[in-house]
Amino acid sequence: MNLSRRGFVKLTGATLAASSLEALGFGFAGEALAASVRPFKLTRATETRNTCTYCSVACGILIYSMGDRAKNARSNIIHIEGDPDHPVNRGTLCPKGSALLDVVHAPTRLTAPKYRAPGSSEFKQVSWEFALDRIAKLMKEDRDKNFVAKNAAGTTVNRWLTTGMLAASASSSETAYLTWKVVRSFGMLVFDNQARV
Amino acid sequence: MTNTWQDIKNADVVVVMGGNAAEAHPCGFKWVIEAKIENGAKLVVIDPRFTRTASVADYYAPIRPGTDIAFLLGVIRYLLEKDKIQHDYVRAYTNASLIVKDGFGFEDGLFSGYSEETHSYDKSSWDYELDDQAFAKIDDTWQHPRCVMNLLRQHVARYTPEMVSRICGTPQDKYLHICEMFASTSAPDKAMTSLFALGWTQHSIGSQNIRTMAMVQLLLGNIGVAGGGMNALRGHSNIQGLTDIGLLSNLMPGYLTLPSDKETNFEDYMTTRLFKPVRPNQMSYWQNYKKFFVSFQKSIYGDAATPENNWAYDWLPKLDIPLYDVIKAFEMMNKGEMNGYICQGFNPVQAFPDRGKIRRGLSKLKFLVTMDPLDTETSRFWEDFGPQNPADSANIQTEVFQLPTTCFAEENGSLVNSTRWLQWHWKAAEPPGEAKSDIWIMASIYHRMREMYRKEGGAFPDPILNLTWNYTDPTDPDPEELAKDMNGRARTEIKDASGAVTLKAGQLLDGFAQLRDDGTTESGCWIFSGCYTEKGNQMARRDTSDPREQGIAPNWAWAWPANRRILYNRASADVEGKPWNPKKPLIEWNGNKWVGIDVPDYGPTIKPSDGVGPFIMNAEGLGRLFARDQMVEGPFPEHYEPFESPVPNVLHPKVRSNPAARVFPDDLAAFGLAPEFPYVATTYRLTEHFHFWTKHALINAILQPEEFIEIGEVLAQQKGITQGSWVRVASKRGHVVCKAYVTKRIKPLTVDGKPTHVIGVPIHWGFTGQARKGYGANTLTPSVGDANTQTPEFKAFLVNIESTSAPVA
Repeated sequence: MNLSRRGFVKLTGATLAASSLEALGFGFAGEALAASVRPFKLTRATETRNTCTYCSVACGILIYSMGDRAKNARSNIIHIEGDPDHPVNRGTLCPKGSALLDVVHAPTRLTAPKYRAPGSSEFKQVSWEFALDRIAKLMKEDRDKNFVAKNAAGTTVNRWLTTGMLAASASSSETAYLTWKVVRSFGMLVFDNQARV
Repeated sequence: MTNTWQDIKNADVVVVMGGNAAEAHPCGFKWVIEAKIENGAKLVVIDPRFTRTASVADYYAPIRPGTDIAFLLGVIRYLLEKDKIQHDYVRAYTNASLIVKDGFGFEDGLFSGYSEETHSYDKSSWDYELDDQAFAKIDDTWQHPRCVMNLLRQHVARYTPEMVSRICGTPQDKYLHICEMFASTSAPDKAMTSLFALGWTQHSIGSQNIRTMAMVQLLLGNIGVAGGGMNALRGHSNIQGLTDIGLLSNLMPGYLTLPSDKETNFEDYMTTRLFKPVRPNQMSYWQNYKKFFVSFQKSIYGDAATPENNWAYDWLPKLDIPLYDVIKAFEMMNKGEMNGYICQGFNPVQAFPDRGKIRRGLSKLKFLVTMDPLDTETSRFWEDFGPQNPADSANIQTEVFQLPTTCFAEENGSLVNSTRWLQWHWKAAEPPGEAKSDIWIMASIYHRMREMYRKEGGAFPDPILNLTWNYTDPTDPDPEELAKDMNGRARTEIKDASGAVTLKAGQLLDGFAQLRDDGTTESGCWIFSGCYTEKGNQMARRDTSDPREQGIAPNWAWAWPANRRILYNRASADVEGKPWNPKKPLIEWNGNKWVGIDVPDYGPTIKPSDGVGPFIMNAEGLGRLFARDQMVEGPFPEHYEPFESPVPNVLHPKVRSNPAARVFPDDLAAFGLAPEFPYVATTYRLTEHFHFWTKHALINAILQPEEFIEIGEVLAQQKGITQGSWVRVASKRGHVVCKAYVTKRIKPLTVDGKPTHVIGVPIHWGFTGQARKGYGANTLTPSVGDANTQTPEFKAFLVNIESTSAPVA
């Protein structure tokens, strides 16, 4: 029988509920009870393959979300577990990976851009337009003022040292590549990532 | 990692030193258990603490933090004295036989060429004696007094078992037992794997810690073989990828390096990078540097990179100093030399040494931008959180932008794991609220800058205006398009010598062997070439088949370089091409070509008789026991004490710590001395937490809710500290007040005849998230880095500890 994992889960979920009740001696009552057992919630969830965001073992994970990815349905992640097909973790996760759902839905997840003015003791919610316009303006002002085109010996050096960046080591390689392009096109050298810590 | 996670199961001996894989990499550590159960492997753990890795070890020995080089040079002395090296491997595959220049020397802790004034070396004497064809001279009988083997023998002679024990505090019998266990893998068909992590890197001599073990592994013939290798267990999910793509001060993608001020033109830049072989017939693969470089410049600047403008060479920023690393950045901030800083998924208030200095630095900026899925301490450094973050907001003039980003579950893309696999992942849901991807944010900043430079002009706009940006949605480039950019493609139709078309214009490349230096190909990261070809996204492959179940799984995802799973695998076979271990071959010579379960790390048809060495990236084709000029503090490792140490350097009291380390004067002034701070401290992770992220996750915050330190029973008793009581731990730079966990797992060591106590400082708590507020281990740690990489010395520093009363709630 050629079964997908989800099909397998569906099948075993239903028969397990019925057969184990019978084994417990419920007899006919078992059928009625089995009918009232809530269907296994993952059977109607959407499964997405992903990689644990923490260490570099890079355990395969399966993310289950409600919603079928229709345009008008917003997916909600309800469960994350180890990917049993993955050749390294083979379905297992550690105490951090097992709790990934809690970091996805952490109450301290940020949901809107915020701005803190000089001397202020609080953040203020702002629009993306405001934040990005202001950041770009500050960056350009600083670059134009402090860009070093040539050093004292007259060699072309084209560097910008007064603004720097730390890059994210849990971001994708594609993000990293785009970040490199942008940062270096500005001439930035104070540029690093978590590889040192 | 040179090898794969699953390949650990093939080891006969597993050594975990400089790491704690059972707690920090639990799902990878399973393969150690597999090796023990299925292969009868012995696990050796050497660590200041009796960790959970140690708890399942066959043999455990304690060691004082920061003395691993002394231990391992002692091991090398033992292997040479007892003649427990794999002779044929060492003779054919390492530089043991090459002759070093007259003039190279080592005396009183310093190698030849040292300048007291600049704290650096003139490395010209750290090289081979060359013959008239500019090849290194060789004596494979090892009679020549200056062949590497004899210089090494002489260098390690001082590391007797007595000396090792005196420096490391490891009892002699335990040390010698471990030497014996290591030595058992000098048999050609036996392998030892070395698993390490930040326990080795976070020292002022971090790179040399790793190098010393690499030398042990070369002498034992354990590099390139199944169950062997040097396996750096990397910490973050894509730290390998970010390193590969060169998001470090001096790097470009694929380990190309940015030019320096000294390279005034393109020709100078190229001459220093096109490594000419120093032995006959060697591949010296970096000879292809120009192909990688030109293809990269074409990828990011397209038609604007031309032969006439040296492929836009001048558009790359040039370095005037070796590195603008994070320690340097915060030094610059503190001196008022920086105005802006962007922290993308990085939380330096928690992650970098001497937190006080980090906060002072950020306070001097004009603007700080944070991009993160979580509410980080860094984004709130200006806010008063009490003793854990005292801040006078009104006097901090920094403008702060806190930008919310997507997390792993909300994006498509690839991550490079510790073993160099590029694994694709898929988006499962939309991000919360208005959070946006880092790609969208970087594109948005870029477009605003480009528009302003277009309209208003400004400082050197050329690279900004000419950056290629051919994405379907320019405001939010698709990760698949970016992956294809990195893989690379032909820019025009490419023909072979016979005139046949080998690549059509625009065709995705199959691998980096197709790259050219004439501008007809492009690739954003040459080592990733092959990851996204005309056959599709190779990183998304999910074939679990594994020939002979040897732990290769060659068609699961894709590994750089060239889908090769075990680096240096040519060294798994003898000079004739027969596997050293016939039971676990990786590749072998079949008379016509190299065949096997892995992609050969070698020319596929190079005959064994051609004498091409297996270490194809090195100009001599050999593994280096003598590093030439590649390390800043010497071609051989040497024991130097941590910058904060309770004892003098008994080998050479005048040169106590790494003589080539960069130490800023204000940081030097903030180092503590043993009379005031008598205890050695070391930092580490707990298995329930990941750095400073999981305190935002409820279950992890419940599992390990509050800051604590670990202290041995003997010292606790001396200081009147009881289980769970409050303590104040102080270094010269700051203090933390937290609870004490009194443990049997840390015992006093006898170092140079005196008892030495170690205090453990887990790193996880701060002032945002769901766990209780903590001061953070980096309040205590010193601001000094490894002399080569500037990785901060978090693993060995000095503190004092005293009992205190509970803080007022």
